[in-house]
Amino acid sequence: MNKFKFYIPVIGFALLALVMWRGLYLDPKELPSMLIDKPLPDFQMTTVEGAAITKADLPNEMFLLNVWGSYCLPCLIEHPTLMRLTESDQIPVVGVNYRDKQALALNWLDDNGNPFQFSILDEDGRFGIDLGVYGAPETYLVDSEGVIRLRHVSVLDEQVWADKFLPAIEQLKLEAN
Amino acid sequence: MSSITGSNVFLRFSVITLLLGFWILNAPIAMAQVDTFAFDTVEQQQRFRHLSDEFRCPMCQNTSLTGSTGGVAEDLRREIHRMIMQGMTDREIEQFMFERYGDFIFYRPRLRAETVLLWFGPLLFLLLGAWVAYSISRRAKVVNETGTPSLDSGQQARLKDLLNDK
Repeated sequence: MNKFKFYIPVIGFALLALVMWRGLYLDPKELPSMLIDKPLPDFQMTTVEGAAITKADLPNEMFLLNVWGSYCLPCLIEHPTLMRLTESDQIPVVGVNYRDKQALALNWLDDNGNPFQFSILDEDGRFGIDLGVYGAPETYLVDSEGVIRLRHVSVLDEQVWADKFLPAIEQLKLEAN
Repeated sequence: MSSITGSNVFLRFSVITLLLGFWILNAPIAMAQVDTFAFDTVEQQQRFRHLSDEFRCPMCQNTSLTGSTGGVAEDLRREIHRMIMQGMTDREIEQFMFERYGDFIFYRPRLRAETVLLWFGPLLFLLLGAWVAYSISRRAKVVNETGTPSLDSGQQARLKDLLNDK
């Protein structure tokens, strides 16, 4: 018993070290989404090109909802990945043009290429608030029922796609069968 | 060599005064709010102030909505203003924020299963510390009580002898 007491500080230290070690690899900037497993909020907006659009116009299959803006540098970093996903028909990508100006958004798509089926124009960020967005880029995985299943904050590169999205998509496909 | 001429002192004094003047003039400008929201009553304005202070900016993390210049904070202040003008209660506005941004948005999170540890964790550690302190002090007392040795008559006699020897 006395021997055990001697080890209490050691065990205490080990537990503390474990907690802090884990803390080193947590990203405090990545907040949990409140909308996981909830349907996408309703909306009546226009696209960046000016066409009227509602929730009913979204794809009837699993798709990505990517929050972007022409001012957003990390969006340029993830842009090639989004282009590849669209060009290889892996998954439809819908954009949310967040807190941007329509003209700037159109220019950006012209300059860099357009990976989106369409982009919802959210100039005043009101739709973003309903999504719980707090800055571009953010990417949501939405299932065929229109339910949000995954949220990723910051850059979606090939690594994130392989480590986070592909397993989640496989999981959803298994659940559907 | 070390003497300072009168004009030199005057020069220094005016430079300091000038700098001080700039600082005083600039301070309020740097801290001014950029929002221009119109309210019908003072009460509405106070509610707006209070709510903007109570919510945390989700982007800047340790700044309230009042203090943040982040885009999302600007949008959220606008939404708070809209909801106040629409006659929503503070409770309803808090619920609106919670549904979108979760517990993180509150500086004082709601008491829920997920936040119990946050609320009562410190108390738990306090009790743990009190228990440790108590058990150490009790053990010290026990040692003290049994630690004063009582001598039997033989030992008492020997002790007396030793002391008298001196």
